[in-house]
Amino acid sequence: MTRFCYASDQSLLVYLGEEVNLETHRRVLKLLRLLEAEPIPGVRNLHPAYHSILIVFDPVRQEHENIERTVAACIRRLDSIALPEPRLVEIPVIYDGPDLNDVASIHQTTPERVIELHSSAEYVVYFVGFVPGFAYLGGLPQELATPRLESPRQRVPKGSVAIGGSHTGVYPFETPGGWRLIGRTTLEIFDPEREELSRLVIGDRVRFVPVA
Amino acid sequence: MSTIQVQSPGMFTTVQDLGRYGYGPLGVSPSGAGDPLALRVGNLLVGNLESAAALEMTLLGGTFVFPEGAIVALAGADFSATVDGSPLAPWTACELSPGATLRTGGAQSGARCYLCVRGGIEVKPLLGSASTHILTGLGGFAGRPLKRGDVLRIGRSAGTPRVIRPAELAKLAPRKILRATDGPQTGWFSRASLDRFFGGAYQVTGESNRMGLRLEGPALETPHSGQMISEGVSLGAIQVPAGGKPIILFVEQQTTGGYPKIANVISADLPSIGQLRPRDEIRFEHVEPAAARALIRQQEEFLISGALFQ
Repeated sequence: MTRFCYASDQSLLVYLGEEVNLETHRRVLKLLRLLEAEPIPGVRNLHPAYHSILIVFDPVRQEHENIERTVAACIRRLDSIALPEPRLVEIPVIYDGPDLNDVASIHQTTPERVIELHSSAEYVVYFVGFVPGFAYLGGLPQELATPRLESPRQRVPKGSVAIGGSHTGVYPFETPGGWRLIGRTTLEIFDPEREELSRLVIGDRVRFVPVA
Repeated sequence: MSTIQVQSPGMFTTVQDLGRYGYGPLGVSPSGAGDPLALRVGNLLVGNLESAAALEMTLLGGTFVFPEGAIVALAGADFSATVDGSPLAPWTACELSPGATLRTGGAQSGARCYLCVRGGIEVKPLLGSASTHILTGLGGFAGRPLKRGDVLRIGRSAGTPRVIRPAELAKLAPRKILRATDGPQTGWFSRASLDRFFGGAYQVTGESNRMGLRLEGPALETPHSGQMISEGVSLGAIQVPAGGKPIILFVEQQTTGGYPKIANVISADLPSIGQLRPRDEIRFEHVEPAAARALIRQQEEFLISGALFQ
C-alpha cells in the first residue's frame, strides 16, 4: 500500500494509502514525525497531505533512489511508533457568515441547526497546507457537506470559518477561496512572532465553540 | 548604518533571498527570488554571500537614493539603469558616491532585475529568511512590496567585489524552451494531450505572479475532471485544472493542491521561469529525471567553479 512517485527532479511523493481516512492519516503523521526526528541529509522540505508526503530535496546533493531507500526503511518501522495523545484545540466562532443562511437552506434546515451540528462535532487536522496555517479538517457531519461556490470569492476575509464539500476549515489569511463562509474567529491562527507559529498543526483534534 | 531611500518603488519591488525552507508542514512555501541564479551572481559581484537579501524588481524598476553611498550591482533582466544620469551596465559592480540616485526603467527583455548591495538588505529574518511572502504579508520589508518613502538598511560585508565574464554569463541565459520531467499524474493524460502539451507553444498570460503562471495555448483534456486527493506540490509543477489551461506553480506556490500535474519544470530551468513576462511564448521539452539531475549538477558546478568571474 506504499507507493513512490518521482514528482520532479527534486522531489519524491510517498503515498501511504489510496484514500482519505484516519488510518492513512496516522501513517502520514508517523512518517512525518520520523523524518523530522531523523532528518535525511539534503532534504529541504516536507509537505504532508491526506495520504502522502512530498519530500523535497537538494538535487545537487541527493537523488530519488537514496531518499526512497531511506524512507522505505522508515516505513517498515511505522508500526512500532506510538503517536502521543493528540491535543484538543478549541476555536471560538462567531457564526454570522454571509453563506450561513444558504448552507441552511441547501440542507433544508435552520441556521441554528447548522451551528449546532458544526460546533458539536470533533474534527481532526489531516494536514496544514495551501497557505500557512490552513488546516484541512476531517470529521464534518455528513449532513453539512455542501458543494463549493460556483465562482470562488476573490477575497475571503481572514479568520473566516467555512465549509467546502465534506471539509471545514478556517482561513488564516485573506486569500481567494471557494468555500462557503458560515462564521469567523478572532483567534490568530498563524503568527510568525509566536513560538507556536500555527495554532493548528497536523494531528490536532479541533472543536468549534460558538461565541456571541 | 547605510541606507537606501525609496524614491519610487517601481511596479512591484520586494526584498528576497534564496527562500525559507523547512516549514512545509505548516503550509509555508519557500518564496525567495524568482530568478535565484541572477540573485546569486549579483550578490557575488558585490562581494556578498550568494544568499544575501536583495531587491527584486518586476517589469518596471524603481528609483533609489543612497545617502551614504554603496557598492551595488544589477543582475537579471536589463532595466536600463542610470546613476545620476549616466548609464549603469547590468552585471557590473559599481561604487555609488554618497547621495547618488540609481534610476531603473522598464525591462528590455525578461521580467526581473535584482538590485544587490554590498552588505545585503538588512531586514529582520522571519523563519530564517528575509524573503517576502506577498499573499500572507509575511517576511521581507513589512511583508509587502516597497512604497515611496521606505528606508531600507544596508548590512555589513567584508567580501570583495568581482568582475563578470560576459561570454561565460551567456551560458546561464534564461530559456524560453523549458525542459520538464513527468509529473505525478502524467500517466493520467491522454497521448493526444501529452502530444499537444509537448508539441505546442504556450503564451504566458497577464494573470501570472510569484504564486503561479497561467498559460494560454493548446487546451488539454483534464483527466478525472481535475478531481483528485490533494497532495504536496513541487516548485515548477504544471497543473491542469478543469478547463485544461496549464498553470506553472512558482516560488510563492501553495504547498498542496488537488489538480493533476502533467509535468514539472526541471531544477536547472526554474530560474528561467522568473524571467518570463506576459505574452512570452514558451514551449516544453520532455527530459528524463537522470538528464535533469545531470543538468542541475552541471549548472551548479559551473557556478561554483568561479569561471563566471575574472
